[in-house]
Amino acid sequence: MTSPPIPSPHPEGVPPVTPVPVRLAHERPLRLGPASWLLRLRSAAAALVLLAAAVLLMALNMRLGDIPMSVAEVFRAVTGDGPDHFVVMELRLPRALTGVLVGAALALAGAITQAIARNPLASPDVLGVTTGSSVAVVGIIVTAGSAAGGAGGALASVGVPLVALAGGLAGALAVYLLAWRGGLDGYRLVLVGVGVSAVFTNVKYWLLTVGDVTDSGRAMVWISGSLNGRGWEHVVPVAIALAVLVPAALAGTRSLGALRFGDDTVTGLGVRTNLARGLLILAAVLLAAVATAAAGPIAFVALASPQIALRVAGVAQPPLVVSALCGAVLVTAADLAARTVAAPAELPVGVVTAVLGAPYLIYLLVRARRGARA
Amino acid sequence: MRLQAVGVRLGYGDRVIVDGLDLGIEAGTVTTIIGPNGCGKSTLLRALGRLLKPSGGEVLLDGKRIDRMPTKEVARILGVLPQAPTAPEGLTVADLVARGRHPHQTWYRQWSSGDEAAVGEALAMTGLDGLGERPLDELSGGQRQRAWISMALAQGTDLLLLDEPTTFLDLAHQVEVLELVRRLHGEHGRTVVMVLHDLNLAARYADRLVAMRAGRVIAAGTPHEVLTEPLLAEVFDLEAKVIEDPVAGTPLVVPVGVRH
Repeated sequence: MTSPPIPSPHPEGVPPVTPVPVRLAHERPLRLGPASWLLRLRSAAAALVLLAAAVLLMALNMRLGDIPMSVAEVFRAVTGDGPDHFVVMELRLPRALTGVLVGAALALAGAITQAIARNPLASPDVLGVTTGSSVAVVGIIVTAGSAAGGAGGALASVGVPLVALAGGLAGALAVYLLAWRGGLDGYRLVLVGVGVSAVFTNVKYWLLTVGDVTDSGRAMVWISGSLNGRGWEHVVPVAIALAVLVPAALAGTRSLGALRFGDDTVTGLGVRTNLARGLLILAAVLLAAVATAAAGPIAFVALASPQIALRVAGVAQPPLVVSALCGAVLVTAADLAARTVAAPAELPVGVVTAVLGAPYLIYLLVRARRGARA
Repeated sequence: MRLQAVGVRLGYGDRVIVDGLDLGIEAGTVTTIIGPNGCGKSTLLRALGRLLKPSGGEVLLDGKRIDRMPTKEVARILGVLPQAPTAPEGLTVADLVARGRHPHQTWYRQWSSGDEAAVGEALAMTGLDGLGERPLDELSGGQRQRAWISMALAQGTDLLLLDEPTTFLDLAHQVEVLELVRRLHGEHGRTVVMVLHDLNLAARYADRLVAMRAGRVIAAGTPHEVLTEPLLAEVFDLEAKVIEDPVAGTPLVVPVGVRH
């Protein structure tokens, strides 16, 4: 098994290699002793601005209601215990917080889905979550309509979110089982997801047509996504889900960055590809399901927020934190619009996001087509 | 023996491509796997790099079963450059090469000065000095291939698996990449296993050839032992004359025609 050595071009010895300075495109190192982190300064700045915008929009939103207030009065009511304290703390703050948290959760789910599918048109709809929730909720309202109507508020505040959560998770499981083939391929996941979502959507419409008119009407309000009458019982589950899943998703960021490459490259770099992808998709599914359970399937937030975020942050892949903050701002701004455009009537927030979403989706498709031609 | 395949059965789904194959890679050698299209050479390389799990037999890295080692630990010993790898749009060369440090990083050690030095060295070794901030899609084919090799080098492994590192490159760029492989071997003592299509370049740049056909190893040895006229007929159905390469003294294959 011996073989002649390959002659070295430098028989006199190996010349030393001088390392060249390395500058990464978007990240700057921060080193403390043996620890080191990579910071994205533009992303950090964008996050701060978006956070301020979210707080301001929340305050603007909380002025609205039966007793109009100024922004100053809203802040006073939150901190002090004036006459408006109860109204603001028990009615307006939870509604505004639901909007912020649901927006953040949907956007985060969208950012993860788009990164894994390597496709800007992917969203939790593609994972079967939102359409699964819709079918389940429409089904329960339409079939148990009259009985549930008697139960009134109890069903609306506890029953519907639970049904939505179960439907969302079941929808995701269906997509996952159909897409799994000894591993999870992003492209296959998108194709299966689009197909399953189409089936769910048609079942939903069928249920709406066979249902009683009043029940179908109530179901329609839910499936367009609304923050109306949302209280602390809606805030708490989403807050808990975010508290658990945001750190989990952030821990997976580095793997998510690696997953943009081909599977062989990623595996070669020591990433457990299927495990990382599976856990990240699970996080996206849970975030989307919990958000949908709280406020219905608010359209377009999960799709657009990550794309807006990556343009704001100037990076190639949807950044998680900036996406989440974009989602919070988007939902809060849309809710503000939904409550002022046709005042005193209130539109469901999902109607506003859908109106914004249609032209945006067309823009994305046109751009994708141009890209394909170029 | 750095890397060893023992009776491996490889395939995709129900389709078996390689069955009961044995192969050993010795430390400090450049081994090139040759064979006709579809003979299983890339499949074998993927299995050696634990990108494909054998349905039978085992792959040993330094005597240990590779599928039982943590994949991140394997990534600190063995670097793989897959065939025709793809990178996300707009990625810069430095960002790509920095990816190679992934197996050495954790959430609290994301970019140590050691990482930076290793990337700088990998860029210098592949002659990419000054190109770090250029988007990958703006590079020539040869430069892009060197950037990918640079990523594998930044990984800091002394064992490298390269799947057709010269595909889609013109002859000058092929030679450029293979000269780099020779330098990595000669100066840094790395063990290299690669898949190549060009027999003459394989003969010149490898000290060990493995010829495969239909999932089996037909011959393994030095280029002189392997690249013979009868073997070319057996492995490639190729009628050819083998003469001496006037430059390197290695076997030079001159095709006559395809045997029917």
